[in-house]
Amino acid sequence: MSAIEASRKMTFRDAVREGIRSALQNDSRVFLMGEDVGHYGGCFAVSRGLLAEFGKERIRDTPLAESTFVGAGIGAALGGMRPIVEIMTCNFSLLALDQIMNTAATLLHMSGGQFNVPLVIRLATGGGKQLAAQHSHSLEGWYAHIPGIKVVTPATLEDGYGMLATALADPDPVLIFENQTLYIMEGELPANAGPADICSAQVRCEGKDASILTYGASLHKSLEAAANLAEQGISVEVVDLRVLRPLDDATILRSVTKTHRTLIVDEGWRSGGISAEIAARIQEQAFYELDRPVARLCAAEVPIPYAKHLEQAALPQVETIIAAVQNLVYSHG
Amino acid sequence: MSLLMPDHDLARRLLWQMVRIRRFEEKCIEMYSTQKIRGFMHLYIGEEAVATGIIEQMRLEDAIVATYREHGQALARGVSAGLIMAEMFGKQEGCARGRGGSMHLFDAKTRFYGGNAIVGGGLPLAVGLALADKMQNRQAVTVCFFGEGAVAEGEFHESLNLSALWQLPVLFVCENNLYAMGTALRFTESKMDIASKGDAYGVTNAVVDGMDVLAVREAAQNALETARRGQPFLLECRTYRFRAHSMFDAELYRTKEEVVQWKKRDPITLFFDSMKTISILTEADLIAVEAEITKEVDESVAFAEVGTWEPVDDLTRFVYSEGKES
Repeated sequence: MSAIEASRKMTFRDAVREGIRSALQNDSRVFLMGEDVGHYGGCFAVSRGLLAEFGKERIRDTPLAESTFVGAGIGAALGGMRPIVEIMTCNFSLLALDQIMNTAATLLHMSGGQFNVPLVIRLATGGGKQLAAQHSHSLEGWYAHIPGIKVVTPATLEDGYGMLATALADPDPVLIFENQTLYIMEGELPANAGPADICSAQVRCEGKDASILTYGASLHKSLEAAANLAEQGISVEVVDLRVLRPLDDATILRSVTKTHRTLIVDEGWRSGGISAEIAARIQEQAFYELDRPVARLCAAEVPIPYAKHLEQAALPQVETIIAAVQNLVYSHG
Repeated sequence: MSLLMPDHDLARRLLWQMVRIRRFEEKCIEMYSTQKIRGFMHLYIGEEAVATGIIEQMRLEDAIVATYREHGQALARGVSAGLIMAEMFGKQEGCARGRGGSMHLFDAKTRFYGGNAIVGGGLPLAVGLALADKMQNRQAVTVCFFGEGAVAEGEFHESLNLSALWQLPVLFVCENNLYAMGTALRFTESKMDIASKGDAYGVTNAVVDGMDVLAVREAAQNALETARRGQPFLLECRTYRFRAHSMFDAELYRTKEEVVQWKKRDPITLFFDSMKTISILTEADLIAVEAEITKEVDESVAFAEVGTWEPVDDLTRFVYSEGKES
């Protein structure tokens, strides 16, 4: 029986839930806490049913007190538990930024190696659902600036399911950014799906004329763009970064060296963003492999607006990705 | 003064601990003036009765979360003077390899979780440690020290609420020394009775004279009993720091007269005089205690002096764990 035949059809949301269920079943130290994770079933219905299955000790609704329940997650991790802290969306994580940056990320180094923090924080991220500026930030690149934490961005069912187990086994804080437009994405989760690594980028589509380096929701837009470009005779390689800290330089450079033309697609802002970091690394390590300057397609530098046409214009889209690749391949500047 | 009179051994131990913290910090000032110690350094002088009285009542399995003014807590908890001095010298033999300095003392062996230099930042951590103890059926209490300045932070309120909501074994110890850095409590709190803020969250609370080590000890005993039953407790210790906020503070915000008035209630003098009056302690005890401490403090400096600098090659060690599975 092939893996496909044994796979289960489900949404990304279901895959994340199955990952949490599996972690709760496999390790009594694991518990989930956050706003609305219990009785409501999770703001995005990720944890629906888990309260009934695992009880209120392990599925903990918290007050709307991000700084304190994240800090409590750090403390619980120090005390031997393996908490999964859900921050409803990364927009609200700013209320807990002190705990994440000043405590979770610093404690091991500042204590001279004595206190590691095996904490997992899950956060919904991204725009695209007309939720306006305060609910549409893409902060994963921003968090990737911080030494001491790891930042991962699952974009497939396997990663939505499997990155959690690896994050929980990691001795240090891991932030999992789940793009909120992906929850309804349907796909197949292989029955033998297991832990997914949180250290490598992966080539999702082979190509030879240009590379798109991307992650999260933009992965799927990029794959669609690549399919369209293939019909025009342009062969595009799409690399799913998967992990924004630490970046997998080797996979990035391998693709860049293969195609010599690179576009980075990032839903974060361009200035000082993760795309800037990746572009810098490429020019530092593969400058003479480049046939064109590294191109970037990022979110417009505006607070993401409510009106649909404006929001869509603010974010990378299939059409703009296609145009950016065409420019990269055909331009002679 | 508490009605519960200590025997000679206990009285001597309490005196020893308070004098020890005092003399250690006086040596720190000396070391700071010779630039052996740099950075921010916040002294506990005047507040020794609080850490002494509370930590004396703690058990080995209990945990401590403290602030950047934590030399006293670390010493009283059993982190050696040498490890602390070496840390402040920035030596790798220090209790945090010289990475934390004065504000970030850590010691896994005594469950001493720092040394947090963000006001209010330690309270959520204490809630989580207590949650972990509770979920794993361990009979430990987490004692969280913080200043009255932290009461203005959201984390104070959030942490009291969550600890009461989840019935967690946390003892919140507010060291109310009346000044958040240089701003008096009356300029920052609409309601200055800090202990009673616990009422809003269903957290049992009490106020104690933080200059009276026996009163603090007795209050800690009661508070820890409550916490061991799985209920948080807020203990406000009214105290005063005799020295400036840090080594950079010109003390423009309080009068010399006020400091002089508080020094009349020096916790060490207050305790020793009262014990001497009733013949539980003698001058000879004090002389012996001072001699022991002089030796220990001198040895701590010697230990720090011969300590070594962590190789620069190690700079990036411990940003992430080394080969550990969680």
